[in-house]
Order: sequence, then C-alpha cells, then structure tokens
Amino acid sequence: MEGLNFIGAGLVVIGAGIGIGKIGGSAMEAIARQPEATGKIQAAMLIAAALIEGIGFAALFAV
Amino acid sequence: MSHMQRKFSMKKLAFLVFFISGVVFGQHHEEKTSHTTTHKEQNSTLSLKEEFKKFKEHHIQDSHSFDFVSYKNDEGEKVHIGFPLPVILWDNGLKIFSSSKFHHGESVAEAGGNYYKLHHGKIYKTEANGLLNLDEHHHPTNVKPLDFSITKSIFFVIAVALLMFFIFSKIAKSYKTSALPTGLGRFLEPLILFIRDDIAIPNIGKKHYKKYMSYLLTIFFFIWIINLLGLTPLGVNVTNNIAITFVLAIMTYLFTTFTANKNYWKHIFWMPGVPIPMKILLAPIELLGTIIKPFALMIRLYANITAGHIVLMSILGMMVIAHNWLGSSLSFVLAFVLSLLELLVAALQTYIFTMLSSLYFGMAVEEHDEH
Repeated sequence: MEGLNFIGAGLVVIGAGIGIGKIGGSAMEAIARQPEATGKIQAAMLIAAALIEGIGFAALFAV
Repeated sequence: MSHMQRKFSMKKLAFLVFFISGVVFGQHHEEKTSHTTTHKEQNSTLSLKEEFKKFKEHHIQDSHSFDFVSYKNDEGEKVHIGFPLPVILWDNGLKIFSSSKFHHGESVAEAGGNYYKLHHGKIYKTEANGLLNLDEHHHPTNVKPLDFSITKSIFFVIAVALLMFFIFSKIAKSYKTSALPTGLGRFLEPLILFIRDDIAIPNIGKKHYKKYMSYLLTIFFFIWIINLLGLTPLGVNVTNNIAITFVLAIMTYLFTTFTANKNYWKHIFWMPGVPIPMKILLAPIELLGTIIKPFALMIRLYANITAGHIVLMSILGMMVIAHNWLGSSLSFVLAFVLSLLELLVAALQTYIFTMLSSLYFGMAVEEHDEH
C-alpha cells in the first residue's frame, strides 16, 4: 500500500498533539491553583512537551 | 591538586571533542538526497515544482561555497553571487584549494595531479574527464577523499565562536571596573543570571553548579545565536546539520560521564533497594538510557530546526508554484507568522537543550544520603 506510512506518521503526530495539549492544559490548571509555583510548573511542562515532541519528530523522519 | 587535574583533563576532553567534530563534519553524509531529482539533473527543462524542490534540498544541505543568491540570466547561464570557501582534502597528502575551482559542480578541480568533482555537496575523486560512475540508485561509486573542508556550516561555527569570545571577554572585562554592566552586557546579564539561577542551580544544586556554568553558558549562547542566524536570509543552517547537534550532544554525554560520582554509577549498575534479579535486568536498560538521553538531545534540536526550515521553505514555495494573487498573499502572511513562531522555537530549543543538559549533570553529581 502506497502512502500508508504517511497516514501512520499523521496518527503519531495527532497523538503527540493530544499529549502536548494535555500537558499544556494541566499546567494551566496547576498555575491557576498555585500561581506562586508558575516558574517550576512551566519548566516541567516544557521538558515534558519536548520529550513528546521528540517522538513526533521521530515519526516524521521515519516517513 | 585534584582540582588542577580535573581542569587539565577537561581541556583535553574539549580538544578531543573538537577533533572528533572536525572528522564528523567532513564525513557527514546527507543520505536524504532525493531520488526523484537526482536522475533528472541532466535534464535542463525541469518543471518549476521540481526546481523548487531541488532548491529546498540544496538549502537544507551544507555546501562548499557561500552563495547568497543564484539565478539564471537571459542567456540561460546560472549566476551565483557569493564567495568560495577553502577545500581541504586528505588524499595521500594534504590538498588545499579554493572551492571556486569546482564552479558549483560544473567542472573538475585539479589539485596535485588528482582530479575532484563536486556531486550533491560531496567531493569525489575522478579521472581527468570528470565522469562519475553511478550505481543503480544514482549514487556515485567513486572514491571519496577525507574531507576536512571549511564548509558553510564550519565557517559559521568558527565565526560564532569568535564572536562569542569577543563579546563575552569584553563583558567580563567591563565587570572589573564597575559592578554595573555596560553596553551589550546590559542585555546579556539577565540571560546569564537566568541560566545560573533558573537552570543551573535548581537542577545541579548549589554545591556543584559552578563547575558546569561555563559549559552551559557556552552551549546556550552558541545554539541561540546560530539558531537566530538560521532565520536570517543568509541561508545559514548549522543546527539542522545532524553532525553539529551530534557533537553538542556528545559533549553533554562526555561531561556527564566523566564528572559523575560513584552514586551515579551505583544507581546504574547496582541500584539499592531493588531485588537482585531485577538489578540484573535493569542494569543494561539503565546503561542504554545514558546513551539514549544525549541521542534524544541530538535528534530534538536537529529535527526541530530542520522541520522549521522545511515548512518555511515550502510555504515560500507556494508563492512560486501557485503563481496567483491568493497563493502569494497567503504565502506571505503564513511565512511571516511562521517566522515569528520560529523565533520562539529557536529560543525554546536552546532553553530545552541547556535545561536537559543541566538536568543530566544534576543526576551525575547528585548525592544520595537518604539511602
């Protein structure tokens, strides 16, 4: 099947997008609850988002 | 005494890394040369779409000369505006000549009785007629001499290194006369303090952070400046060369490995508080983890910057290919917005790289008194 790998990559990117979205949403909630911990939450959020992003790129480069 | 020794070994380590980097840059293969354009290159009537695709691939690749613009003039000749860079080859002796001899891959360069030809950014040894033997995948089978050339990427690595040395030694000197920063120092001081107070100290700890500050500051400013240069119309693309991110990641790996204390190794090979069969099972996984961490660093920076460049180039290509008012205006707006996003990505990836490096250093020097 021609082009199936592109669909697979698309699925991975959708997954990564949902993951990063959830991290962002949770971080927002956490910041709303504890505004004084904003810096720490942001740093943790960025690290987690970067790790997921890596998987997304791995899928894109496997195509 | 041990402090002196450590300093000395760090110097040696840095030298070794730079030596490796030279070899890696030279031998780096961009295997992604497209299969669709290679066999059509003799065909002078390329469609606009294919020509743009070729241009895009050329932009992603490293090159032996520095071209600002290249276009076809009225007679159909290709005109390149830019300057050549030195080619340094090791082929039974050192051969140094200017890349202008290649005429952008159109002619054969002669040096010390040997003939070389440029083919898709790689130098091959040929006969005097300059013919390449292509295999069935259109890859040349000719011998490739060891290539230590100052390519565009290396030119910019050196330029940024000199620039950073100049700027930061000047700033450091200005602190000798007054505690207040002057000039560019006013802009850079908050960033340096941010790296110290928000990246190094929370992750590494107050006791050990000083040892790593010089490295963290260096990679932060190096990656940041070079990412920002990549967004200028100069066509610089250093961090989307995987060899360069590889060297940056390997530096983090080596610094982590060689400065790690015995607790770090204990937690890899014989972690406390785990049953013995589990210890045997986990040790190889943990050991693999130490390599996967810098590998992810390498891929992350490379992939982010490359993806950004490709998307930006594709959107710009819409203007050429669509060739109507809608495509052009849409492409302009999208490219502008995406450039702003890339500005953020350039800073964010720098931050992530520095942050994760300091996190790994923190793991290496962590002291587990609680067990």
